[in-house]
Amino acid sequence: MNIVEVRRLSKQFELHILKEKRIQALESIDLDIAEGEIIGLTGKSGSGKSSLMKCLYRTYLSSAGHIFYRTGQGRVIDLASAGDHEIIQLRKTEIRYCSQFLSVIPRVSAVDVVSEPLMPILKDRAIAQEAAKDLLERLGLPKGLWDAYPVTFSGGEQQRINVARAIISRPRLLLIDEPTASLDTRTKDVVIDLIRSLKTAGTSVLCISHDEYVLDRLSDRRLHLQSGRIVHSIQPSL
Amino acid sequence: MSMQQHPWLLRVENLTKIYGEPGPDTLSKTGPSFESNICPDTDSIVACADVSFDLYPGEVLGIVGESGSGKSTVVKLLCFDMEPSVGNAWLRPYMDGAVDMLHVSGQQKRFIRHHLMGVVYQNPRDGLNFRFSSGGNIAEKLIMAGHMHVGRIRERASFLLEKTEVPIRRMDDLPASFSGGMQQRVQIAKAIANHPPLLFLDEVTTGLDVSVQAKVLDLIRELQQELGVAMIVVSHDLSVIRMLTDRTLVMKNGRVVESGLTDQILQDPQHPYTQLLVSSLL
Ligand SMILES: Nc1ncnc2c1ncn2[C@@H]1O[C@H](COP(=O)(O)OP(=O)(O)OP(=O)(O)O)[C@@H](O)[C@H]1O
Ligand SMILES: Nc1ncnc2c1ncn2[C@@H]1O[C@H](COP(=O)(O)OP(=O)(O)OP(=O)(O)O)[C@@H](O)[C@H]1O
Ligand SMILES: [Mg+2]
Ligand SMILES: [Mg+2]
Repeated sequence: MNIVEVRRLSKQFELHILKEKRIQALESIDLDIAEGEIIGLTGKSGSGKSSLMKCLYRTYLSSAGHIFYRTGQGRVIDLASAGDHEIIQLRKTEIRYCSQFLSVIPRVSAVDVVSEPLMPILKDRAIAQEAAKDLLERLGLPKGLWDAYPVTFSGGEQQRINVARAIISRPRLLLIDEPTASLDTRTKDVVIDLIRSLKTAGTSVLCISHDEYVLDRLSDRRLHLQSGRIVHSIQPSL
Repeated sequence: MSMQQHPWLLRVENLTKIYGEPGPDTLSKTGPSFESNICPDTDSIVACADVSFDLYPGEVLGIVGESGSGKSTVVKLLCFDMEPSVGNAWLRPYMDGAVDMLHVSGQQKRFIRHHLMGVVYQNPRDGLNFRFSSGGNIAEKLIMAGHMHVGRIRERASFLLEKTEVPIRRMDDLPASFSGGMQQRVQIAKAIANHPPLLFLDEVTTGLDVSVQAKVLDLIRELQQELGVAMIVVSHDLSVIRMLTDRTLVMKNGRVVESGLTDQILQDPQHPYTQLLVSSLL
């Protein structure tokens, strides 16, 4: 069964302050994501990868088309037009987005940044923190950093925080933008393992990456974007 | 998703405040497309008009916009500091949301204000009684909300001051002897004293220096996470909105020009005014 069915999705930006300039970021996208499927999304810089992901997460408003999402309870919601409160609820319970760069919350420790998405579910700070430490341990983040503020962390350390925060609540749909760009191979393998184990539990994943090593090991299927359109999909060579 | 029929905590419809005598075209001749909130026919001022939204339990809603756009007016109408010209609002814990709280008796409004709301103003003088000590201010709020036991009131006051990091030994000092950041924290302690489900915060960090601002923001965020209280946060500062809120209304010339998830407002603003506002943040 599909968890996501995108139909004729378009996105254009109208920049009123730049003399009504228009940018067409996505054009008539059709895309299905099956339950438990991992899709690798590729394409040149500016081809629309992040825009597609942000439309799914509703950080961007779609200009036309539909994004049908099947909830855990079997309800179908159009993410392109659903009310804000419905989206907030889905973000809390089912859909997680991991941006290319961590946008840090000032003066919140690494452990708290990572454990926060669990709080509405577990309602117990200590247990949530244990789970966060567990993940940070697996991702090889030095213990000395767990209680520090991520603002000062290196790119790779921040990225591990970001990934941990995105997967800790075991979402049904994971949207993940360049999860491994500044990680070494050993840590990449950990991230790949973590995401694949989510898949085993039924999570569907849309993953943007430029990294052949990661795409090869992670994705069940690939989609390629070019100037806002999906041009061809590649099955993994078995 | 909740099976509740009406999940909102607060529902606001067509909230409007006009100063002076409006004419028949006052609403159609004011607003963002006229770049003005002053009626050209009658000189009446449309402080806010047609403001509608739902606030869910535990949700933090931001209101952002330039000076004079009507942000404080919305808050003042909802906490009964002034009377609307038009509009309705329902608060779930008051009569199970079945009675429009804006059109009940003054006595009922005082009850709602004291039992179900907390308000933190930009100017501590609006929220604190400067003739009472900091502890006395909190006690006042608790007494208004029906608490009687002196020992317990004092106990709660010191608990709240500790929570908001105001030194307990200063409990009996007058607010005038406090720094701006401390006054603001006493105001917050007072506002949450009666466990209100709804808190209004109007420009609470404006005028504080940056490091003090950060502490007040941290406090608000912590309280929100710990108590799950719903908040309406008014600020002209987008970084405050970004840090605290889930959803945002953007106001200009008395109208809501755009509303949406806060990350969407910040990354994909639709209205020309919001685009301008956001571009100044980058
Ligand atoms: N918030 C925005 N406002 C205006 N234009 C935008 C915005 N976001 C993206 N765009 C434009 O949309 C197009 C697609 O951008 P997008 O970020 O989706 O590309 P991408 O494939 O993720 O690129 P990269 O690999 O560099 O991250 C680009 O022309 C970009 O400038
Ligand atoms: N008593 C009054 N008589 C006439 N006009 C008033 C009165 N009070 C407020 N206004 C006007 O109503 C409009 C909205 O004021 P409001 O205080 O809500 O603005 P605001 O968005 O909170 O601005 P700021 O960011 O400066 O606090 C302004 O144009 C203001 O001049
Ligand atoms: Mg991108
Ligand atoms: Mg104001």
